[in-house]
Amino acid sequence: MTGSPGREQVSRVLQQHGALMVLAALVIVGSVAFDSFATAGNAASVLVSSSFTAIIAIGMTFVIISGGIDLSVGSLFVFGGVLAAYGSQYGLFVALALPLAACGLVGLLQGLLIARTGMAPFIVTLAGLLGVRGLMLAISDEGATTYLVKDSAFARLGQGGLFGLTWPVYITALLAVVAMVLLQRTAFGQNVYAVGGNEPGAALMGVPVARTKVYVYLMSGLLAGLAGVLNAARLSSGVTILGIGLELDVIAAVVIGGTLLTGGAGGITGTIAGVLLLGVIQSLINQVGNLTSAFQQVVSGLFLALVVVAQRLLGRAQRLG
Amino acid sequence: MSQSAAPVLEARRISKRFPGVVALDGVSLALLPGEVHALVGENGAGKSTLIKVFTGVHRPDGGDLIYNGSPVAFGTPLDAQRAGISTIYQEVNLVPMMSVARNLMLGREPRGRLGVIDTARMYGEAERILAGYGVVTDVRRPLRTFGMGVQQMVALARAVAIDARVVIMDEPTSSLEPREVETLFSVIRRLRDDGIAVVYVSHRLDELYEVCDRVTVLRDGRVAHTGPLAELERLKLIALMLGRDLDEVRTGGLTRFSRDRRHARERDGAQPAVRAEGLTRRQVLRGVDVSVWPGEVVGLGGLLGAGRSETAKGIVGALPLDAGRVVVAGLPLRTGSTTAAIRAGVGLLPEDRKAEGIIPALSVRENIALAALPSLSRAGVVSDAKIDKVVEVFMRRLRIKAASPHQPVQELSGGNQQKVLLARWLAIRPKILLLDEPTRGIDVGAKAEVQALVDELAEEGLGVLLISSDLEELVEGADRILVLREGAVVGELSGDDVTEDTIMTSIAERGAESDG
Ligand SMILES: Nc1ncnc2c1ncn2[C@@H]1O[C@H](COP(=O)(O)OP(=O)(O)OP(=O)(O)O)[C@@H](O)[C@H]1O
Ligand SMILES: [Mg+2]
Repeated sequence: MTGSPGREQVSRVLQQHGALMVLAALVIVGSVAFDSFATAGNAASVLVSSSFTAIIAIGMTFVIISGGIDLSVGSLFVFGGVLAAYGSQYGLFVALALPLAACGLVGLLQGLLIARTGMAPFIVTLAGLLGVRGLMLAISDEGATTYLVKDSAFARLGQGGLFGLTWPVYITALLAVVAMVLLQRTAFGQNVYAVGGNEPGAALMGVPVARTKVYVYLMSGLLAGLAGVLNAARLSSGVTILGIGLELDVIAAVVIGGTLLTGGAGGITGTIAGVLLLGVIQSLINQVGNLTSAFQQVVSGLFLALVVVAQRLLGRAQRLG
Repeated sequence: MSQSAAPVLEARRISKRFPGVVALDGVSLALLPGEVHALVGENGAGKSTLIKVFTGVHRPDGGDLIYNGSPVAFGTPLDAQRAGISTIYQEVNLVPMMSVARNLMLGREPRGRLGVIDTARMYGEAERILAGYGVVTDVRRPLRTFGMGVQQMVALARAVAIDARVVIMDEPTSSLEPREVETLFSVIRRLRDDGIAVVYVSHRLDELYEVCDRVTVLRDGRVAHTGPLAELERLKLIALMLGRDLDEVRTGGLTRFSRDRRHARERDGAQPAVRAEGLTRRQVLRGVDVSVWPGEVVGLGGLLGAGRSETAKGIVGALPLDAGRVVVAGLPLRTGSTTAAIRAGVGLLPEDRKAEGIIPALSVRENIALAALPSLSRAGVVSDAKIDKVVEVFMRRLRIKAASPHQPVQELSGGNQQKVLLARWLAIRPKILLLDEPTRGIDVGAKAEVQALVDELAEEGLGVLLISSDLEELVEGADRILVLREGAVVGELSGDDVTEDTIMTSIAERGAESDG
C-alpha cells in the first residue's frame, strides 16, 4: 500500500477535529485565567451571539464543500432582517415568509447562473452582494428608515427562550443536526462532496451536478435570510448597517473548522467548532479588558493563516501517505 | 454468443467533429447481447470518442444511435447510465477525497429508516463487493490513499454493480497487475454469460485474444474492419490498425527492443549514473538500494504496491524520505527537491499522468517544453526557435497526433497525452530517466517506437530505470532486473537469468516466504 494508515489517520483526525481540540483548550485556559469566563452567563452570551453566524456558516459549508463560495450572505443577512421587520406589521407569518422567499429567490438565481452558465461563483455572488445591498439601501431610504418589529410573537422568537438560552440557539442546534444528517447520510450530501471533489468525474458517475449546485446556493441564501430574520427578532428592528464583511467572518469560521476551501472535504461539526472558536476568542479578548475588539480580528486572522498552513501540510501528508 | 440476436446497441454512420479534426467519420457498429466486442486502433483513432457518443458525453454531429431497437439521444452520462449503459472511462473518474465505500456506492447507497443512508450496511456491502474483486481493505479510507490498481478495481466494481445491459471499458487494464487482470477477465466472462454486451478497449493484443469475441478496428475515425477475432491473425490485426501492408508489418516494422544485451556487459564509466542507497520511508520503502550505470537499463519488477513507483519518486525527491541518499554522477543530490533532481539530469515519467504530469489547459508545445525551458533559454530568455525545433522532433518521432502544436493537451486522446509527457522528459536530455509504465495506453506502433527510443538513448549513454507491469517489456528491455516486495529489494536477475519465468518465480518465492 502507498499509505501509512497511522499517519494518515492522525492527519485526518486533525483535519476534522483540530478546531474542536483548540476550542476545548481555549475554554480550559480561559476558565483558569479568568474567573468571569466560565460562568453560565458568559457561556450563554457566546452561544447566543454565535448562533447567527453559525446558521449562515452551515449553508456556507455546503457551498464550500461543493467547490464554490457565496459572498452574498452578509447582504442577504441584512436584507432578510429588514424584510422581516417590515413584514412584521402584517403578522408573524409574513415576517417569516417574506424574507425567506426573497432570500431564497436570490440564492436560487445565483445557483442557476452558476450551475447553468458556468460563471464563477465568486463573480456571481459578488454581484449578489452588491445588488442586494443596493436593493436594501433603496427600501430603507439609504439606511435612514429603520423598520421596527411590530409583532410581539415575532419578537419573542428572537428574545424568548429556555434555560437561559434564546430560541435562536436551539434553532441553530436543530439546523446543525439536520445539516449533518443531510451531508453525511443522504444522496444530496454525497453529491455535494462528489461535485466538490471531482466535478467532471462526478458528472460521469451520474451525479446531477447542476441540480446539486442550485440546491446548495438556494440553501445558503435561505439560511442567511433566516439568520437575518432571527437577528431582527432579537433586536426588534431591521438594522441596515449590520453585516458588512460578515461573509468573510463566516468563510473564516468554515475554513478554520477544517473544510477545504478548494472543496470536496469538510463537515458541519468542524464549522460549528470554528464559529464557537471565533466567539470564544472574542469573549476572551473582552475578558482581558484593555484590548480593543479590533484586536480580535488580528487574532482571528492569525488563526486563519495558521489553519490554512496546517491544512496544506496535512493534505500533503495524506497525499504522500 | 448468439449471432441471431438483435443488437442491443447500435451506432449507424456516426460522425463527430472537433475543431481541426474529424474524430469519427461515418462509424457503424452493432453490439450484440452476450458478446465481448473489442474496439481497437491507434492512439487518436476515435475509440474514446465513440464511447463518449454512446454514453451521452458527446453529441454526434451526424448518424443515429439505436438502443433496444429504438433511436435514442442521451443528453448526459446519467441518462445513459439509467438506461443501462455503464462505463469505465479511460482516466479513472472517481472522487479521490471520498472514501472507497462512498465512491463505490455513490448514487445507490443503501437506505435505512427515514430514507437516510445506512452507513453500517453501506460499509458492509462495499467490503463484500470489493472482496469479490480480490480487494480486501478498509473501505472507509479516502480513495486517494490507494494506488491506481485499487482505484481501477473500484471503478470496475462500480460500473458492473449498476444493473447494466451494456458495459463499456476504455483501457481498463492499464493500471492493473496480472492477478487483477485475471479477476477482470472472470468478471467479463460472467457478464457475457449473463447476456450483457461488453465493449473492450485495449492496446494489449494478448488480452484481446483472450477475452474478446469480435473486433472492430478504427483507423482515423473510420471503421477499417469488423468481424470475429479468432479468425484474424495477430499481424493482420496490427496491419489493419496501422493501415500498413501485412508484409511490411511481417518484415519487422514492429521490432521492439533490438539491442543484444542478454549478457552482463562491462560497465562504462567508473561510477554509476545514479546510486540510491537505503531509501527508507515508513511502511513504504525499507532500505532500497538501486544503482544504474550509464548505458544500462535496469528494470524494477514486483507486484503493485511493492514500492516500485515509490522508489522512483524517492530518487527524484517527489516522495519525502525518512532515510537514504541519492548520488548522481558522484555528487550527492539534495533530498526532497525535484528541482535539484532535474538540474542534475534526472527525469521521472510518473505513473499517474493525470494527477502528476500533464497540465491539461496548456498546449502540446508548452507541455513538452516545460521541463526543458532552462536548457532552451539563455539568460532567462526563452528561444522560440529552439523550442519549435525540439517540439517538432518529438512530435514526429513519437507520432503525436494533434491538430497543431498549439492544441491544448486535454483535447488529445489518452495515448497521445502519454506521449507528450514522455517527450517532456526526453527533451531535458537527461542523464538518467526513470520511466514508470512508459508504454501504458500507447498503441502498438508507438510502443515499438518508444522502446526503440529507450534502446537508442541507452546506447548513447543514458541510464534508464524501467518500471513496467508488462513482463515481456521488462524482459526485452532491461539488462538487469531488481525484484521488489513490500518496499525492499528481494532479488536481482541479470544476463540469461532474465526471463518472464524467473521474474515470476522470484516474486512468488519471496511471497511464499514472507507469507509463511
Ligand atoms: N474534446 C476534444 N476537443 C478536440 N479534439 C478532441 C477532443 N477529444 C478528442 N479529440 C480528438 O479526437 C481524436 C480521437 O480521439 P480519441 O480520444 O477518441 O482517441 P482514442 O482512439 O481513444 O485514442 P487513445 O488510444 O490514445 O485513447 C483525436 O485526434 C483527439 O485529439
Ligand atoms: Mg482513448
